Amino acid sequence: MKNIISLRDLKKEDILGILEVAEKLEKNPKPELLKDKIVSTLFFEPSTRTRLSFCSAAQRLGARVLGFDSPDATSLKKGESLKDTVRMAEAYSDVIVMRHYLDGAARLAAEATVRPVINAGDGSNQHPSQTLLDLYTIKKEMGKLENLKVALVGDLKYGRTVHSLTKALSHFNAELYFIAPDSLQMPEYILEDLDKAGIKYHILEDFRDVLKEIDVFYMTRIQGERFPDEEEYQKVKGVYIINRENILGKCKENMIIMHPLPRVDEISTDLDNTRHALYFRQASNGVPVRMAMLAIVLGRDNQI
Amino acid sequence: MELQINAIENGTVIDHIDSEKTLEIMNLLELNKEQGTIMVAFNLESKKQVKKGIIKIDGRILKDEEIEKISILAPMASINIIKDFKVVEKKMVEIPDIINDVIKCQNQKCVTNFEKVPTKFYKEGKKYRCAYCETSIKKNNIILK
Repeated sequence: MKNIISLRDLKKEDILGILEVAEKLEKNPKPELLKDKIVSTLFFEPSTRTRLSFCSAAQRLGARVLGFDSPDATSLKKGESLKDTVRMAEAYSDVIVMRHYLDGAARLAAEATVRPVINAGDGSNQHPSQTLLDLYTIKKEMGKLENLKVALVGDLKYGRTVHSLTKALSHFNAELYFIAPDSLQMPEYILEDLDKAGIKYHILEDFRDVLKEIDVFYMTRIQGERFPDEEEYQKVKGVYIINRENILGKCKENMIIMHPLPRVDEISTDLDNTRHALYFRQASNGVPVRMAMLAIVLGRDNQI
Repeated sequence: MELQINAIENGTVIDHIDSEKTLEIMNLLELNKEQGTIMVAFNLESKKQVKKGIIKIDGRILKDEEIEKISILAPMASINIIKDFKVVEKKMVEIPDIINDVIKCQNQKCVTNFEKVPTKFYKEGKKYRCAYCETSIKKNNIILK
């Protein structure tokens, strides 16, 4: 696998292959695996979490890292094309990790260079490392990926993370519960894809109706500005906040709560110390998954 | 009612155009720059379509890449090459699975609308999908680049 640009390119075996390498690297660290490699992180849009996680992954494998974390410091300000910036990075590094504010930028970058490219988020399109770490977390905690009942809750219309995760879960025969106010429900084209794949799903407005059945509760934030009027927002807001009171004792013992973070107030901090709260561990799983992505695109996964 | 448009001696007749695409095809072929006779009609009754358009261009044989663009814009269109008032060839162009640099991506945030790069679309059933931003467009909603 030379590049990791989109979940769309990854077959089920590819996904499982990446998760397997991540698992091995987490168990047996390889601090010298990439010691002769330089990773460039081109972040045309700031993203502290993703960038630090990639840097940490690279350094834990012994690679050196260079790059920028905002386009202000680059020649883009002088009108340099994306292709030229990528060619510059090609000269200075062995693999390019890129975050960009435009949809499709990572694919274009991959075409412009002989170096492997990892997409760390392109606009509202894809963010494969997030999806892979979500899957890794689910597999690690639930012991499997197949046949799980997964609730995706909150803003399902605009959330790149939930779109991508839905697509990925359709490889694993999940039963999906889309829980959102009507105006923020899953887009039609994604539901069409699920119909084609024969995946069972439910459209709901209130998680309390199905909480007892859920294995994985994937929470996302609803932003007030997405609503046409304040009144409607206030009405639905309360239904999409979870806390000890509406979760504990009302769900399966081993249900896990995930969140791509940052959260604001949709998950009450009083849940943080419960056995259900997985969101911080989920974030730390980003490191082994990103290590696996780097090792694979650099062709070193056979040395793990 | 059969509408009569004069026959042309040598050139191209594009028939069965989705009516509302007729003017777009005229622009695409830059017919305003032509010196020869051009006949255009649209909103015609048709057995195959709701309303159709027809364009007759005297003295110009369309190139394959022009025909490909017409097929993408108006998939029902038929293209007839005329010599001595007779149809000598019916051009059918199979739309390729990958369409390079013809369709404009309608996603405002697609990288192809910012960088100087050719667009690329994949044919997927009734839709085309942008190879870059992965947004799909319905076939009857195409805008050419």
